[in-house]
Amino acid sequence: MRVGLFVTCLVDLMRPSIGFAALELLEKAGCEVVVPPTQTCCGQPGYNSGDSRAARLLARKVLDEFEGCDFVVVPSGSCSGMIRTHYPDLVRDDRGLADRVARLAAKTYELTDFLANVARLVTMPGRFEGTVTYHDSCAGLREMGVKAQPRALLARMQGVRLEEMGECEQCCGFGGTFSIKFGDVSTAIADRKCGNIEASGAQAVVLGDLGCMLNIEGRLRRRGNTTTRVLHVAEVLAGQDGRMD
Amino acid sequence: MHFKARAGRALADETLQANLHKFGTGGLAALRARGVAEYGPQAFEQLRDAAAATRDRGLENLEVLIERFEREATSRGATVLYAQDGAEVRELVLEICRRHGLKKAVKSKSMLTEEATLNDALAANDVEPVETDLGEYIIQLANEPPSHIIAPAVHKSKDEVSDLFVKFHGTERKTEIPALTREAREVLRGRFLAADLGISGANFLIAETGSGAIVTNEGNGRMVTTLPRVHVSITGIEKVIPTLEDFATLLRVLTRSATGQPISNYVSIFTGPKGRDDGDGPEHMYFILVDNGRTSLVGGDMQEMLRCIRCGACMNHCPVYKTVGGHSYGWVYPGPMGSVLTPSYVGLEKALDLPHAATLCNQCGVVCPVRIPLPDLLRKLREKQVDRRLRPASERLGLRAWAWVAQRPRLYALGTRFAARYLRMLGGGQRMITHLPLGKGWTLGREMPAPQGRTFRELYAARAKDS
Repeated sequence: MRVGLFVTCLVDLMRPSIGFAALELLEKAGCEVVVPPTQTCCGQPGYNSGDSRAARLLARKVLDEFEGCDFVVVPSGSCSGMIRTHYPDLVRDDRGLADRVARLAAKTYELTDFLANVARLVTMPGRFEGTVTYHDSCAGLREMGVKAQPRALLARMQGVRLEEMGECEQCCGFGGTFSIKFGDVSTAIADRKCGNIEASGAQAVVLGDLGCMLNIEGRLRRRGNTTTRVLHVAEVLAGQDGRMD
Repeated sequence: MHFKARAGRALADETLQANLHKFGTGGLAALRARGVAEYGPQAFEQLRDAAAATRDRGLENLEVLIERFEREATSRGATVLYAQDGAEVRELVLEICRRHGLKKAVKSKSMLTEEATLNDALAANDVEPVETDLGEYIIQLANEPPSHIIAPAVHKSKDEVSDLFVKFHGTERKTEIPALTREAREVLRGRFLAADLGISGANFLIAETGSGAIVTNEGNGRMVTTLPRVHVSITGIEKVIPTLEDFATLLRVLTRSATGQPISNYVSIFTGPKGRDDGDGPEHMYFILVDNGRTSLVGGDMQEMLRCIRCGACMNHCPVYKTVGGHSYGWVYPGPMGSVLTPSYVGLEKALDLPHAATLCNQCGVVCPVRIPLPDLLRKLREKQVDRRLRPASERLGLRAWAWVAQRPRLYALGTRFAARYLRMLGGGQRMITHLPLGKGWTLGREMPAPQGRTFRELYAARAKDS
């Protein structure tokens, strides 16, 4: 099973440990993993800002890089959602491209969805002792149907106790460029999320999207919370601690 | 004033924040969840499909339906009038007032009369408009526009209402909601009996019978449409639906989506003026069908928005609405549906930041009873802004530059290599960036976690070399 790992631009730049955790999990599940070296960004910033022309160019690039793989796996709900649900929309009027994009979309998976439902990873390489709470990212949940998968994988780890927070399906307020354009509104929404996380009493909030991660960790720290850890689900499953050096 | 400035003011208003918090924590979203659970989540999804299909059927045959409605309503003694915009609505209503010598109007809830700013026009022409929906009555006293399409005074606390009633009724201060409601009821009763004009909206107009239908919980709508000697029902042209059967389908999904109720306390269907054998009803009945921008959406890429049945579920589930409240949106309709409608009706260039005032979380889309893909429509409006060069040059160039670099992997690798190190350095020992260059909006209220220092592609290449 030849799996193309789409690392995503944010993981590449901000938190490579997530990329390596994803790689390790896929290999543990028996996949042959390829990481196309020319990959950059899925085009979501342009797409969500109304620049569909720019988004189409990048979609084309991702298509060229990944269409030879059996599966495309992405450690992000929003970037996988971009490929699976929005690429087909972007190229709808281009008949030649539309079929190729439809095939790419159909084999693109969010990481935990792929591990739980396709690769069926049973034993997690990582260890984690403590209570975690899971934040459902908007695109993961509502575009990719990611809800039970990360929880099922976490449940296969000894020592992990899941304590659900209130409003776990509520947006954290990130919203891409929204977080900068309307920084105060975005912060206020993040604040509510942080309150729910803290009220759960969990030692770590675990999630599957880097945008939410930066937003939630950034707000927690500014609130003065230095103890609640913010971890990508891949890091927990693979036993990465989120620090690279 | 734009959304951004209004939202900033809303965030700084402590009373409003407390009221919004209360709304956001339980509120209508929780009631809807209960209503859907009772109905059965799967069955409810089928109901949403049916409702969306019903609306589409209506919209695809809108011209024919409107003609049918006019014919049926006219044959039952009502007069059907058309208004191109708000100004024409005002003229038509004032003309009706002159014709029948009307001086005192009672109103049940109508967002369309907000579009037309009808109350101001009536007052300026010596016709006193009195809102009779409790929420609308409260905000009329406060001289504010509604902040929610079905709960117009949701931004007000009980204490604020008590203060308003003391000021305007000159009565002893009440603190309990039943007592406040009773007081409003007593005041309004006199208004109903004295009124010669009743102004209502209509949730739907039913083509096959030429009827209007309204869905309310307070019963005021029924009095407005039956007590005064003239009744005017004002609504958008897109509200015409084919049959009573369609109304039944839409009613099932409307009340559950709005308040979680299987059915509202009152469902009123009005057909023509008082007949010879009727015990009550108006002597004259008018329908005013209003365009005000709606036809510009028919047949275009925003047509799905016309399915909207005004339940409010999108705003009840919107993280942005729940944080800044309805007044931040600046025009009649707030929340996600407002962010689509306002630019569509008022003009793209007049509401530049509304399509961007959303995280695209799609909490609205998954609850919409008629499956309007609200995030997609917001995104389309963003595209239209880009196409019409309405976005700031800095944003346009920034996005273009990003896409340009992202298509050149070697340049991209170099840029990110530099950025990872630079940002890592800015993060210092805490690994948190407190002032982000070019990202003030972010770091005013948050840290930016610093990158780990090297990019994935660097580390991956190094690893491949080692092995």
